[in-house]
Amino acid sequence: MKYIDEYRNKDIVAYFANQIKNISTKPIRLMEVCGGHTMSIQKFGLPFLLPDTVELVSGPGCPVCVTSREYIDRAVAYSRVEDVIITTYGDLIRVPGSSSTLEKEKASGADIRIVYSILDAMLIAKENKNNRVVFLGIGFETTAPSSAAGILKASTAALNNFFVYSAHKVMPPAMETLIDEGIQIDGYVGPGHVSTITGKGIYENIPAKFNMGVVISGFEPVDLMQSIFMLVKQFETNDPKVEIQYSRVVKPEGNVVAQQMLEEIFEFRDDWWRGLGILKNSGLQIRSKYEKYDAEKMVSVEVEETIEPKGCICGLILRGEKKPKDCGLFGKICTPSDPVGACMVSSEGSCHAYYLYNR
Amino acid sequence: MCLSIPARVDKIEDNIAICTVGKSSYNTSLELIPNENVQVGDYVLIHTGFAIQKLDTEEANNILSTFEEFKELNEEMDREEQKHNTRII
Ligand code: SF4
Repeated sequence: MKYIDEYRNKDIVAYFANQIKNISTKPIRLMEVCGGHTMSIQKFGLPFLLPDTVELVSGPGCPVCVTSREYIDRAVAYSRVEDVIITTYGDLIRVPGSSSTLEKEKASGADIRIVYSILDAMLIAKENKNNRVVFLGIGFETTAPSSAAGILKASTAALNNFFVYSAHKVMPPAMETLIDEGIQIDGYVGPGHVSTITGKGIYENIPAKFNMGVVISGFEPVDLMQSIFMLVKQFETNDPKVEIQYSRVVKPEGNVVAQQMLEEIFEFRDDWWRGLGILKNSGLQIRSKYEKYDAEKMVSVEVEETIEPKGCICGLILRGEKKPKDCGLFGKICTPSDPVGACMVSSEGSCHAYYLYNR
Repeated sequence: MCLSIPARVDKIEDNIAICTVGKSSYNTSLELIPNENVQVGDYVLIHTGFAIQKLDTEEANNILSTFEEFKELNEEMDREEQKHNTRII
């Protein structure tokens, strides 16, 4: 079975492009929430296959992009502590903080290691008993369960030099806030991998409350085109609902074991999102039962004052109000090799995707 | 980081599946899908070192088989592309 090849099959993509053209009579604006979708849409040039009536805007679903500078600043501060080893996903390393990045700190001698999984970070903790190992836990519902599993394991193994600095966030508050604040969209291309964990229930509010649909989509061109078709159809027939296009992966109830693990380890807190500000119950913090593994509680540091970069409109882009090309720094001062804002650093960031595929 | 990849399970040892993606192989924890009864040959979705879902092969084939009938169209487009030496899609 060749999953990928077949979901890139051009006749199917063309078929949906045609179907969309056939049924779309009035202008519709769809937001793809997930950064992975943004990347795919730009890479495969999907906007060029759509009729003029259909507009796509990207949303706040790039975890690196919505993470606060304050978070980076604190991570930088941790990395300057003598006995601390920072373990992180690669995406975060070049994100600018107020005065430094993890990459720069690493160059000047801090022990910062890129890991692929929290399990690798725990291995480092096991092998370096005299150090404190801080794992930078970022990401939405897709990634948070692996952090939860890690913390659970650490607690079973009594791994006492391992700490997680959580900036994990949950998607629904951001999706609702955007509409509440009057962003003009007519439907959501729902995040496929977040929904793999959560199931479709977390979006049920949206059609009822805002009269717009959510279609949970896969990441290949065929997936996205079919999802757009489903949303246009809902819109044209005035029948907004939550549907799953990505049914080969997403079960309506999601991954229940992962949900239970999240519940065991984390509780909600209000959290700050770039472009959206503070959203109620949108962040995950480690429950006090597991505070032994919470870097915020266990590893104290002084953090410099946060300064936001001038001219970067990343926040507005994450709200779907502006496109990367509207930014005066885009492609000139701000490039993937010398990024000003987080949206240019992450491969899932809009500015990065536009820079690579749609300049 | 937020991306997840479908991969074939080649071997299972304890709770770790050894999976192939392209030419690389990954150790993948199965602890988030303990009840899925993952077997060698199954496809799982991997995210940051953990399998987060077993892929439903039947579902995957379902949507694709609907489009068998468009094979001809595909071939025609291939011929068009070759004729004009440009990529249509
Ligand atoms: S191009 Fe750079 S500076 Fe402009 S919004 Fe994007 S990340 Fe910010």
